[in-house]
Parts: sequence; C-alpha cells; structure tokens
Amino acid sequence: MNLSKNPNLRRYLWPCAGLLLLLLINAIIAPEFFHIEFKDGRFYGSVIDVLNRAAPVALLAIGMALVIATGGVDLSVGSIMAIAGAASAYYITKGVDNLAIIIGAGLLAGLIAGAINGFLVGYMSIQPIVATLILMVAGRGIAQLMNEGQIVTFDHAGFAFLGTGDFLGLPFPVVLVIITFVIVQLLTRKTALGLYIEAVGANPSASHYMGLNAKAIKMSVYCVAGLCAALAGMIAAADIKGSDANNAGLWLELDAILAVVIGGASLMGGRFSIFLAVIGALIIQTLSVTIILSGIPPKFNLLIKASAIIIVLLMQSPLFQKQLSQLNIWKKKEANHA
Amino acid sequence: MLKLNPKFIPLAVTCCLFFLLFGIGAVQFEGFGSSRVLFNLLSDNAFLIIAAVGMTFVILSGGIDLSVGAVIALTGVVCSVLISQYQWHPLVVFPVVLIGGTAFGAIMGAIIHYYKMQPFIVTLAGMFFARGLASVISEESIPIEHEFYNQVAAFGFMLPGDAWVGTSTIICLLVLVAAIIVAHYTRFGGRVYAVGGDANSAALMGIPLAQTTIRIYAISAFLATLAGIVYSFYTFSGYSLAAVGVELDAIAAVVIGGTLLTGGYGYMFGTLMGVLIMGVVQTYISFDGTLSSWWTKIVIGLLLFCFIALQQLLVRGKPR
Repeated sequence: MNLSKNPNLRRYLWPCAGLLLLLLINAIIAPEFFHIEFKDGRFYGSVIDVLNRAAPVALLAIGMALVIATGGVDLSVGSIMAIAGAASAYYITKGVDNLAIIIGAGLLAGLIAGAINGFLVGYMSIQPIVATLILMVAGRGIAQLMNEGQIVTFDHAGFAFLGTGDFLGLPFPVVLVIITFVIVQLLTRKTALGLYIEAVGANPSASHYMGLNAKAIKMSVYCVAGLCAALAGMIAAADIKGSDANNAGLWLELDAILAVVIGGASLMGGRFSIFLAVIGALIIQTLSVTIILSGIPPKFNLLIKASAIIIVLLMQSPLFQKQLSQLNIWKKKEANHA
Repeated sequence: MLKLNPKFIPLAVTCCLFFLLFGIGAVQFEGFGSSRVLFNLLSDNAFLIIAAVGMTFVILSGGIDLSVGAVIALTGVVCSVLISQYQWHPLVVFPVVLIGGTAFGAIMGAIIHYYKMQPFIVTLAGMFFARGLASVISEESIPIEHEFYNQVAAFGFMLPGDAWVGTSTIICLLVLVAAIIVAHYTRFGGRVYAVGGDANSAALMGIPLAQTTIRIYAISAFLATLAGIVYSFYTFSGYSLAAVGVELDAIAAVVIGGTLLTGGYGYMFGTLMGVLIMGVVQTYISFDGTLSSWWTKIVIGLLLFCFIALQQLLVRGKPR
C-alpha cells in the first residue's frame, strides 16, 4: 500500500513544497502577508488577493491540464476569454437583463470555440499547436468584430458579481474555481473519463485498439477547456466592467501551460492532476507577489519567470537528474578524500 | 510540364492565391496593381520574411520556435542602447548582436536535443527570457540617432513604376536566396528535411542529430536577430514590447506557404509567398477603407485553416 502510493506522493511533493517555500519567503520578507481581516462580511488580505488574482489562470489551467493529458495543447484559451467576454458584453449592451442569458452566451461562445478546436484536433488530426493557433489568431479578430472595435463598457450588477462579488466571505472568482475544480475532479476521477483521457495521452494507438473513441475524448477535453476559458473570460470582463478584445486574457494561455507544467505534468500527455495544475497557478501568482514584496523591480518579473520554467523543466528531465546525482557522488567522493 | 508534380501542389496553390488576391485588388482599386505596391509589400514585410525564413528551417525539421518576436525586440533594445548610450558604431554593434543571438538559439537547440524537451516549451521559455531581458535593459522605447541609420534609410534605387528598392528589401531578398541554396542544395539542408521526415531514421542513417538540431535553432535565432536589425531600420528605435506576436505571423506565413507542420516537406519560396499573401490581405483592407483592421486577423485565420486542411488532404491521399 505504502509502496504503490510512493511515486504518487512524490509527484505531489515538489509543487506543494515549491508553493510552501514561496509562501514562507513571503512571510519572512513581509510579516503582514498572512494577515487576514474580516470586514463587511468578507475576508481581506494578501493571501486572499493572491487567490483572487490567480483565479482566471487557475480556471484555464484546469482545462489545460485535461488537454495536455491527451498530449495536446490549447493556445487559443486567451482568445476564447476575449470572445466570451465580448459575447456577454454584447447581450448586456443590447439591454438583456436576464443573467442566465448573459452568462449562457459567454459559455456557449466558449463551448463553440472549444468544439472547433476539438473537431480540428480530434476529427481532422491536425497538430494541436497549429489547430488552436488558428483560433488564437482569428479569435481576437472575432472578439473585436463583436465589440465593433471598441472597448465595450457596461453596468450590470448581477454580471459584475462574477468578478467582484463575494460568497461565504470569499471573492466569487475563487468560489467559481472551487466549484469548477470539484465538478471536473468528480467527472474525471469518479467516472472512467479520467482514465480514458490518460490512456489517449499515454499511448494513442494502444487506447485505439482497446476500443476507446479517442476522437470523442479529444473533442470533450477541448470543449471543457473552452468552457473554463469562457468562465475566466467572463470573470475578467466582470472585473473591469468592460470587454477589451485586444487585452483580455492576453498571454494567459502561456501562464496556463506554465501552471500545468509547474504542476509536474508531462507535455507528452499521460497522467494529469487538476489539483497540481491549480497549485501551479497559485505558484505563478505567489511568485509575482514575492517579486513585488522583495523589492525587486517588476520589470524583472518575466526574467525570473523564465528562469523558473527552465529550472522546473530541467528538474523533470531524466538526464539532468542523472547529471545532478553524479555531481553529488563527486562531492561525496571529495568529502571522503578529505 | 504537362502534368504538375504532386509535390508542388501546395506551392502552386499558394502562388495562384497570391496572384488571384493581387489581381482582385488590381481590378477593384486604381493603383493597386502596380510594381510600387508589390515592392512596398516586400519592404514593409522584410523583417517578417527574414524571421519566417528562419522559422521555415525549424518547422521543416519538425520543431517550432516561439522566441522569434522576443528576439527581434531584444535585438532592437540592445542595438539602441549600444548605439545611443554607449556611442558604438552600428557596424560594430551588428556583428555583436548577431553572434549573441546565434548563441542564444544554439543554447535553446542544445537544451532541446540533450535534455529531450519539446521545442515548444523550450522556445516559450526562451521567449519569456528574451522579453524579460529586454525589459530589464530598458522599459522605455529608446530612439536610435546615428548618421549610419540615415544613410541606410536613404540607400536604395528606383525601379520603373515608382517602385523603391531599399536596404531592407535587398537584405531580405539576399537572405531568401541564401536560404533557398542552403535548404535545397547543401548537405545541411538535406539533413534538415531528413530530421523532419523521421528523426529516428535520420539518426540511424548516421545524421548527427545534435549538430543539426543546434544549427537549426541557431540559424532561426540568427535570422530573428537580423530581422530585429532590419526592424530597427523602420522604427529608428528599440522597444521591449515591439514585435509582439511576430512568431505567430511567421508560423502562419510558413504554413500558408505550404510547408508541412509535421516537418520534412516544404519550400523556402513558399514562405515568401506566405508572407506576401498576408501582406496583400492587409493592403487590400487598407485600400478598401471601409473594412476594419480586425478583418485581417479573421482572414488570416481562415487562410491558415484552408491550408492546413489542404495539407491534411494531401497527406491522407498518399499511401502510408
């Protein structure tokens, strides 16, 4: 029992340790980091802020984790965010007051976009990078078309709640992440779907001979990624009470991929953990807070992020692990000599 | 000549599409079908053509390079700092940045090969790194003021029909010719195609994978740096947020140019046509005046889709 669990535990160890280390650094350089205040029926504090800001990337990462598990990648999630935000904004500015229609429009836009990606990857066997590149390029154009090239602002209390509201003291985006996480986790771990996804990613031809419908599975993961992106897009739009087709979700697809990779998933597909993907998203957000708190100018943000990716990737590479252990043996030998 | 060799079909489609689009523009708008517009396409997109040529090498080998746009921006920033703040002569600066850029690409290639990582994620990290470095050096746009840049801007000659051939056009055509020779007529070019076709068979054939991979990414970064220099000829400045998304334009151009994204098949000349098609779409939209600029993105997305679908049909049609 213990032995079979061991590799699984190791998988969780590194990302969680990384997050704890970052939190510890934050606590040391800024003792007020963990200070949480309860005011007007809602928690306030740096930690809550990190959770709130990490919400869009965490949502994207949940969808991206599934896509990457099938051996694919979705570059279009940032554009889908823009489309979903534009779709919701379109209905609000048309005078629709029914929140279900407004949110439904955003989710539907995300679902359609995801289905297009899924069709291209699953049924036309186009390389995922390229298939989703199409929507990444065209998606922002479509969102601008919906907005007629403007930054559409709106005022709708119900919709704004998505981005700025609170529930049980937590910011609503955080609640949305928890809900999405629970739903996706139940879908993938309490049904065979998760196993199918891993099988398709780990060995496409073996899973084909097993009788798995790889096309439908790929279609479904891209649809989920589209829905998650739509949710993130609506949060972003509700947060600023406007839809900005150019900047909504810009480069967030890269953060989402990064979150999944930091969570220890292999880009080749196979095993996945949504929990670790969310941890990855939290690590990214905490890292940028750490950079700010430690007094390093924010312009170093990207450089530090790049170094972090390279280190995480190197740690995952078997050759590097071997080189590292050889280095340790060397040191031990030297110590023995001395 | 009676029957077209099937391997030239995507290239032929690309060329026909270009002339069709150009023809439509020429019929519809006065002044569109002139050699002036044609050469403006070349000079406006010279940096993109250079970057896309580098991308073609990478994609032919079955990889991808996402760091291109960031390298262009970093080049611009380094050039402007060295020229404007340290008073170096541009002719000294250019070799320095070209060597630096090439080394950057070689390191990415080495990481991809030796640590067996996906090119996609390594060059993504490279993109963050280059943009990050550029913004650390300077967050503001730095103007370049040097007599040499004015001379470069003034250099060139006029072709009949009011068509201006400037420095960037000349550089980009030279790069294109050199790339065609390297890709199609040298041993290295053959290796690139072999690696893209099937890396395992290529290794069994005795092709040095490490050397080839490293060279491919070094060439791509070298050309991206050159594109950055040419880009600074237009802007007379260096800015860390310049050329955002150029890597995607370059990939799109390569695909529209008929190169297979799985590697092993494609032509350098197609990439030129790919960039020109995107340029024609942009020119058409600006000539029209009533169409908004976002239509460019949608049309390019549609073109991408059509060409990828065409590729799929051709690949499936072949017995495997």
